[in-house]
Amino acid sequence: MKIVVPIKRVVDYNVKVRPLGDQSDVDLNNVKMAMNPFCEIAIEEAVRLKEAGTATEVIAVTVGKSDSQEQLRTALALGADRAILVESDSLLEPLAIAKALSKVIEAESPQLVILGKQAIDGDNNQTGQMLAALLNYGQATFASEISIDGDSASVTREIDGGLQTIKVSLPAIITTDLRLNEPRYASLPNIMKAKKKELDVQPIDAMGIDTAPRMELLSVELPAARQEGIKVESVEELVGKLKNEAKVIS
Amino acid sequence: MSTLVIAEHDNTNLKPATLNTVAAANVIGSEVHILVAGSSCQSVADEAAAVEGIEKVILVDDSAYENQLAESTANLIKSISADYSHILAPATTFGKNVLPRLSALLDVQQISEITEVLSEDTFKRPIYAGSCIATVKSSDAIKVITVRATAFDPVNTSGGSASVESISPDGVSDLSSFVNEEIAQSDRPELTAASIVISGGRGMQSGDNFHLLETIADKLGAAVGASRAAVDAGFVPNDYQVGQTGKIVAPDLYIAVGISGAIQHLAGMKDSKVIVAINKDEDAPIFQVADYGLVADLFNALPELAEQL
Repeated sequence: MKIVVPIKRVVDYNVKVRPLGDQSDVDLNNVKMAMNPFCEIAIEEAVRLKEAGTATEVIAVTVGKSDSQEQLRTALALGADRAILVESDSLLEPLAIAKALSKVIEAESPQLVILGKQAIDGDNNQTGQMLAALLNYGQATFASEISIDGDSASVTREIDGGLQTIKVSLPAIITTDLRLNEPRYASLPNIMKAKKKELDVQPIDAMGIDTAPRMELLSVELPAARQEGIKVESVEELVGKLKNEAKVIS
Repeated sequence: MSTLVIAEHDNTNLKPATLNTVAAANVIGSEVHILVAGSSCQSVADEAAAVEGIEKVILVDDSAYENQLAESTANLIKSISADYSHILAPATTFGKNVLPRLSALLDVQQISEITEVLSEDTFKRPIYAGSCIATVKSSDAIKVITVRATAFDPVNTSGGSASVESISPDGVSDLSSFVNEEIAQSDRPELTAASIVISGGRGMQSGDNFHLLETIADKLGAAVGASRAAVDAGFVPNDYQVGQTGKIVAPDLYIAVGISGAIQHLAGMKDSKVIVAINKDEDAPIFQVADYGLVADLFNALPELAEQL
């Protein structure tokens, strides 16, 4: 079984992002970049399926600028067999990214596509579901457990009320939630080996898809600041403040 | 053109986030219709018809929609989408699952998790875990939108008298099927609807110690939540998680106990009206957003707090 894992290059999760001075966008100058954490979980799950003998090949794919090759190399170091960059000079919206990914998947015909449930930059939580629609595949989002059973997959999903298990026919799209697995770190020998693995670059313009933006970013600002709080010295003082000052308990 | 709200429900009752979504739809300004797709869900349609500000309820009552799986639900919404300029659902795991699929079927770019409606095509939404707020303008003919419930006050559950129109299933899919569900049962209020929330973090040290929070929750009529660290450590199940990728809450009072205050957690609670932090590390970032901070060992502070309430 072949597995395709779409990934994304994003600002490292430890970085506190701020707007540009003119509020036209976020300030990404000299900011540390990394693989989106949910994508690491997706790669890990695919590699584990390969290690278990369920999968035969894991292909990491991204749609982005040339510098996204860095994250594809990370995916190769974590155990992906080969990688594909769909190169675009501009940053694309989830719908355009899903369209580009659908072309790659049509060409590769994997039995399974695993990707992160959301990227921590735009927090959109869209690409996997859109990709499933474009390919007319079933979808199992927010997965915390996956088991492959012949031509279908049983997936336990994290939903607001608890857990839900569904069965999806393969090929299918699965998006990962936090507790699906704990991703490994790339070892130095694997990082060295990854440099020799195949990384294919395909220009997005050759795909014949409409990638024109549908949304205009008018401004980016900081959220309203909270008024500075105080430290209380005791539980008694805290209860007094909550009753008499904030009036949130009686 | 009208606005369509997708009702979230359990075939018996409307989920509260639907009422906040209707509130967002009312700001957009046109006539609001609501789709109730489910199985043996007439009571939900009746409930929706009474909700303030709804003109029409569209009811699709068929076993195909019992679990509202994404494939059939998105196909159904698409089949009635031509009458609408806006299609809204709550940004819950239900809305997040179904709406992007619909959006791609309609070839439009969804606008996720809006917190403000500025005009019929311009919206505010948080990005980077709420570190920044983006204002975006959509040029798509149909605006497909998920709504952050805490950003809109719910509409009244009474006062409306909408007509109910039943339609037939359309585009039922067998790509996925329901197996089972483990839904947490609790006598406490639901996390996202509670007016007081008390949450524990890694500092709680074990799941057993959450009873210290539960004692206080029961005295205050509060819901119990947790940070990602506490859920990852297995102290409590996933439905407790408050944060960027868990639940977003904005109660009148949020009490964070033994939570350091990672940005991913703050993203889920920093719009609470009053925030209390109890942590023994006085440098914990949670104190930067707290209205009242208490530097103390939670194992001393919690029993004392329980006693004084």
